[in-house]
Formats: sequence, C-alpha cells, structure tokens
Amino acid sequence: MARSIVNILDLSVDEIHHLLDLADDIDQHPEKYQDRCAHKQLATLFFEPSTRTRLSFESAMLALGGQTLGFAGASNTSASKGESVADTIEVISNYVDIIAMRHPKEGAPVVAAMHTSVPLVNAGDGGHFHPTQTLADLLTIRRTKGTVEGLTIGFCGDLKFGRTVHSLIDAMLRYPNNRYILISPEELRLPEYEIDKLKEAGAEFVETKSLEEAMPELDILYMTRVQKERFFNEEDYLRLKDIYILTPEKLKTAKADMAILHPLPRVNEISVAVDQDPRAKYFYQTRCGKQMRMALILYLLGLDK
Amino acid sequence: MKVDGIENGIVLDHITAGKGMLVYKYLHLDRLTSQVALIQNCSSGKMGRKDIVKISEDLDIDLDVLGYIDPGITVNYIKNGARVEKKALSLPETLTNVLTCKNPRCISSTEQELPQVFKIVDRNRALYRCAYCDTIVRNEELK
Repeated sequence: MARSIVNILDLSVDEIHHLLDLADDIDQHPEKYQDRCAHKQLATLFFEPSTRTRLSFESAMLALGGQTLGFAGASNTSASKGESVADTIEVISNYVDIIAMRHPKEGAPVVAAMHTSVPLVNAGDGGHFHPTQTLADLLTIRRTKGTVEGLTIGFCGDLKFGRTVHSLIDAMLRYPNNRYILISPEELRLPEYEIDKLKEAGAEFVETKSLEEAMPELDILYMTRVQKERFFNEEDYLRLKDIYILTPEKLKTAKADMAILHPLPRVNEISVAVDQDPRAKYFYQTRCGKQMRMALILYLLGLDK
Repeated sequence: MKVDGIENGIVLDHITAGKGMLVYKYLHLDRLTSQVALIQNCSSGKMGRKDIVKISEDLDIDLDVLGYIDPGITVNYIKNGARVEKKALSLPETLTNVLTCKNPRCISSTEQELPQVFKIVDRNRALYRCAYCDTIVRNEELK
C-alpha cells in the first residue's frame, strides 16, 4: 500500500527530523534538487479552494523539475456529479506519481488513503488535519529559535476550529519541555480531546483570555484567524472575529527574539504595521512551507537520497 | 415467573438490568423466527438485578456489538440442554456499523456507502473515535 500522510503523527520524529534537515539543504543548495523530480507528476486535487496551499504544492513540484495537474474547487469536477472520494482517487492514482488532496469533509483523506496506489498527502480536510502546514510551522520554529524543545508557545485566537493549532500541539508534544499558553475566548477554547493530550503528556499549559498577560512569556506567538467557514451561525462569527488584534503596541512587552507565526491568510488579527517588525515570521513561514513540501515530495517518492 | 431452559441455542447472562432491550435491538432478535425470551430484572446474587436473553437457535451473534453494549455479559452456548461453551466479553477494538458519526462535517455524513467505523480510545471510559474524523462517541449515546 502506498504511503499516505493524513496526520502529522503519521510521520515519526526521526522522519520529521530528516525532512527538516532536507529542507535546510534545499534552502542552501537548491540546484542539487532542481531536476530530482523530472518526469514525475503531482496531482493537486482541491475539492475546496485554497490559493496558497495549492500554489505552494505546485511551486514545490515545479522547483524539483516535476510537473503538476489538478483542479481547484469541486464545482466542475466529477465530485459535483456525486462521484465518491474513493472512486476519484482510484482513477487519479492511475495518472500521477503523487497526490496532494484538500477536501472540505473531515476524514476524506482517510478514505483516499485506502484507495490510492501512489503516495498521498492531506492538504487539509475541513477543521481536522493539515500536516504540511505543521511541517512548515516546525521548520519556521527550528530556523528562528534554533530548536523545537524547551519553548513557551502561545496559541491565540480560534483554538476550537483551528486545525493548524491542534496539529502543531500534537507535533510539539513529542519534544520535551515545551510550555503551552492557550489564549482564546470561552467559545473558541481548545477542544477537550486536545486538552486531554496535553494532560496525558504531562505538559505544562495555561488557558487564558488575555493576550497582553501572556505576551512577556512567549518564545513563539502563533496567531490564528477566526474562520468564517467553520461557523454555522453568522452572529457568533461577527461577535468573535476581531477579538484579538496584534498591534505594535501589544508587542512592546514581548521578548526581543519572539517569533510571530500565522498559518495565513490573515484578515484583521495582525495589524499590517506589525509586518515591519523583525519578529514577524509569517511570510517567511510560507517559504519554509514550500521547502518542507519539496522535502516531503522527495521523501515520499524515494528521491531524497 | 418461570422461563424454561433451552435445548440448543444461546443464553446471554449477567446483562446489566435495563440493557436487555438494547441487546435485543442491536442483535436484531426481532428478525428471528425461533423462540426468544427477554427476562428483565431477575434477581442475581452477584448483581442484585440483571437481565437475561435466551435464544433457542445457534445464532452467529455479533460479539463486538454485545461487548460494546455491556462488556459484563457472559455468553453461554447450549447444546442438547447442556452448556458447551462460555465466553466473557470485553470492549471491542473496532466497531463497524454500530454507532453513527454525529459530526456533520465528517466524510461519512455525505458518502453514505462508507461503513461507520469507530476505534477504541479509552477502555475505562468506553470512549470510541470515528475512524475518519476522530469525533469521540460516548457509550451512553447508544439508544
């Protein structure tokens, strides 16, 4: 059965370490890799639109000398005619060497993984998992802090539906001595099953509503957007969407070497004035994301050595 | 009240009082043509009260469903009026088509032909998670 990456935990700590090192080597010696995926094809199956993630996968494959094909949005695909995920994947995996799939329904990549004959990467399934975003986050953290251990990480905003938050917590729990400060309104608290994981791991964590109080302690501030598409109720969304806005004023109490991360897209939660601050790493994070996707494609195709 | 013993079939004993009907429903015993007895609130030295189900047919029952409903049930197989085998149950690792995922965002909510698969996450609390979207289901949700 072909290897699929549905969840960040499908990769071992050693594999992630290898991918981080590979991404660093890609950064320093891009020419070594520019033809590695010649004559290989990546399908980007985006049943739900996402400009950034799709282009990141495609640019990663192109930078490796490979080719891409795919679709964005399910409206003009066979899915709109009622074709199942299983059937779509059975067909597409006959066309290409590797698949990146985004789907609005949670668990769709689990079904896809059972039917693919080529490696498949989950590029996001609803509010569930988004492992390559987590790989991007891990690389950004390691490059900016020099380590992924012993850090105090603040997660701020929508911790309930924010899949990137859940995946990053899952990933960071595998490294020792990280502390977690969970900053959210009551309605968007981290779900109980994620809290249970923190408890089971014996990790130190605090829940708070105040970004200002948490700020001085943080090595990493992971901001998130309150996502309109995750709400069934417009009223709740409007009430909560601007609850945290990061400004230069609020950053005055932050450590000089804190790193600000955000999975993007940003709406209002980080003021554009913060972009000039050297601690703002969210655009750099997208560069890390492309390099980690390059590393993952190489690894899954067995072309990393 | 007296219910006769059975010659050939299965006796499900030590069912927690009140869960007998769940057993009846989830084993689809209403579909059988053979004799079935559901006895509620029998007195039990060990349990105080218990339910018992007697099925006069050598049926291939789904022990996973039974274990999920009540892991304390004992299954007695009867042949020619004597017990030939006794099985103790435990919570199954996987449940297929017993529970339904309640998450409206789950792929199983739109692709109806997918089996509803749940995996155990916590034996002490009888917690299961949807194999697709990881939504947790609690035991008391079975009705």
